[in-house]
Amino acid sequence: MPTVAPLDLQGHVAGVAFLGDIPFFAESSGLIHRLDHGHKTIEAHEGLLSSIRDEATDTLLTGGEDGKVLRIQADGSMSELANVPRKWISQVAAGPQGAVAYAYGKTAHVRLADGTVKDFTEERTVEGIAFAPKGLRIALARYNGVSLHWVAIAGQPVDLEWKGAHTGVTFSPDGRFVVTSMQENALHGWKLDTKPGAETRHMRMTGYPAKIKSVSWSAKGKWLASSGAPAAIVWPFQAKDGPMGKAPRELGTRANIMVTQVACHPIEEIAAIGYADGMIMVVRFADSKEVLLRRPGKGAISAMAWNKNGRQLAFGSEAGDCGVVDIAG
Amino acid sequence: MKIAPAFALGLTISYISNTPVPEGIPNFSEVPMTEATTAAAKPIPVTVLTGYLGAGKTTLLNRILSENHGKKYAVIVNEFGEIGIDNDLIVESDEEIYEMNNGCVCCTVRGDLIRVVEGLMRRPGRFDAIIVETTGLADPVPVAQTFFMDDDVRAKTELDAVVALVDAKHLPLRLKDSREAEDQIAFADVVLLNKTDLVTPEELAKIEATVRAINPSARIHRTERSNIDLTKVLDQGAFSLERALENEPHFLDQDDHHHDHACGPDCGHDHHHHDHDHHDHDHHGHDHHHHDHAPSPIHDVTVQSVSLRGGEMNADRFFPWIQKITQTEGPNILRLKGIIAFKDDPERYVVQGVHMIIEGDHQRAWKDGEKHESRLVFIGRELDREKLERTFKACEAVPAGAAAH
Repeated sequence: MPTVAPLDLQGHVAGVAFLGDIPFFAESSGLIHRLDHGHKTIEAHEGLLSSIRDEATDTLLTGGEDGKVLRIQADGSMSELANVPRKWISQVAAGPQGAVAYAYGKTAHVRLADGTVKDFTEERTVEGIAFAPKGLRIALARYNGVSLHWVAIAGQPVDLEWKGAHTGVTFSPDGRFVVTSMQENALHGWKLDTKPGAETRHMRMTGYPAKIKSVSWSAKGKWLASSGAPAAIVWPFQAKDGPMGKAPRELGTRANIMVTQVACHPIEEIAAIGYADGMIMVVRFADSKEVLLRRPGKGAISAMAWNKNGRQLAFGSEAGDCGVVDIAG
Repeated sequence: MKIAPAFALGLTISYISNTPVPEGIPNFSEVPMTEATTAAAKPIPVTVLTGYLGAGKTTLLNRILSENHGKKYAVIVNEFGEIGIDNDLIVESDEEIYEMNNGCVCCTVRGDLIRVVEGLMRRPGRFDAIIVETTGLADPVPVAQTFFMDDDVRAKTELDAVVALVDAKHLPLRLKDSREAEDQIAFADVVLLNKTDLVTPEELAKIEATVRAINPSARIHRTERSNIDLTKVLDQGAFSLERALENEPHFLDQDDHHHDHACGPDCGHDHHHHDHDHHDHDHHGHDHHHHDHAPSPIHDVTVQSVSLRGGEMNADRFFPWIQKITQTEGPNILRLKGIIAFKDDPERYVVQGVHMIIEGDHQRAWKDGEKHESRLVFIGRELDREKLERTFKACEAVPAGAAAH
């Protein structure tokens, strides 16, 4: 039986992550909590907007309303990577070898491990950043598409155009696809490994009743799970053309409670699904079998993360009721 | 080309190499009032300040932030500029216009506002209301539409009013060289006719008539150095269907008019007589029957308004009509507001719209002795007055002329 160790915080939780085996909970207030032989708290930002785990260095990267980009270690020590007074840093991304990207306004900045910073300016606001899984390459989501830039090599970016506002971006783990979430209730995808000169292959994933705020690739990138419906919508990406011509799975369907967060398991083909009422289920892709991990709580699930071996799931909500689920019990 | 429709939700994936197909142009929505009023968290009111460069927006903003009213405001500005107030909650934001991907040309929202409002609302305890200051050249429509078209923003905030500041001295020049200045006035709920100390009373009267011609339903206040009782700017409820039109004398107080058309601005008839808010209307006269049909010397005004009046309406005819009008004429309609009397309906129905977005609901019971009359005002460009009047009349429950009084 899964067991839940609760942690009750005050406000909206923007991100959760495991650094080593220590669960971290990043509150929008700027306080960062961790459960490391007791509940410990650091004051990181005057208002926190973004937080992600940097896999390469096993640290937490955060951006804030105070214009700071911070790197936080498992022991809670902080280092400042950037400080841009009065700008909101709502996007941070982690790349290979300690590279970090952040954006405000129309420019994305990539800070390399040695401290040098490279700028990439778009015509419109940079709304999402993702590093490619291989090579030092970034995708910048912007109005009417995505731009792909090589960080170390000067040259023209590859522009992937699709009309509309693209608010987030992710690469498939094998680097073959780029998928954006849009202002409208849709995901949009591009197949990158087409022959040179061939027509761009678009994937238009529509039909969602709400905006898609959370996407997660399964182990080895075979599936892409997404929120934005009263079920987790899981698109098959194992074929050469991705989900083209295939229907998505709808997992953990509930009558009228929206899925707000999805987090695929690091090893198994299962996903944790967080709902607007605070409930969490884990569902297996193969047979849609569901296991309840947490009953409804005070607020919508706003963040989830598995630990490395996939035994524990940390979660946070908009109302601050957080916790760690041990699925082995 | 749809390839594989999914199960219950109708999720699809498709190969696309051309432009997207229009889907889901916003449609008429009935907003149940009870839901809004009984919601656990009260939505945060948002005031939009527009006005040409130098009209006095920053001065007004500083007044709002520094006056002792016990309220805290989060302010979204394009540039920090000259706001001299130390306030943690001033957020700089680049104007980012999104055209919605639904084939509707006027469906634009402000992407930056969606992001900033989402960020602010994660910690709602910090402020009581939000103020959005736009740039001088900004189109107020995408700002306003953001609060209707984005589900997340709409769930947590409500547009309170659009306030336009007008530089009395420079308005004629502004109208000559920019369409934005006119749009800002046309779209406003409250107009502050500012810098009145820099013009003569005659000039001021002319300017005010111009503003009134562009927007017959706005509340106009005359100010110097943006000095105004803030209760006339904040907490107006101008977009609230519940409060809609309760305080709009121009629009409502037409009971003494027995001519069979409601004057639009381009007839030159001045619309000031019922405004009890301002102090100086001697030169207009108070005679409700006073009509001055002489062509008004207003140049460079391209916005017009069409006021419609009718008897009790047939709901089965009215709803398809208003939907069709807003779908086909939406790009030309900046604002519309109306009170509709439906036959055999004990309650007043109110509607309001911005371009193609329209919403409506029952507001309150008709009072005893209150005339069951339908009124609708369109503010926009290239509106076909004759067609609007004729088709509106055709929605009446009884043939025109046979209405019982």
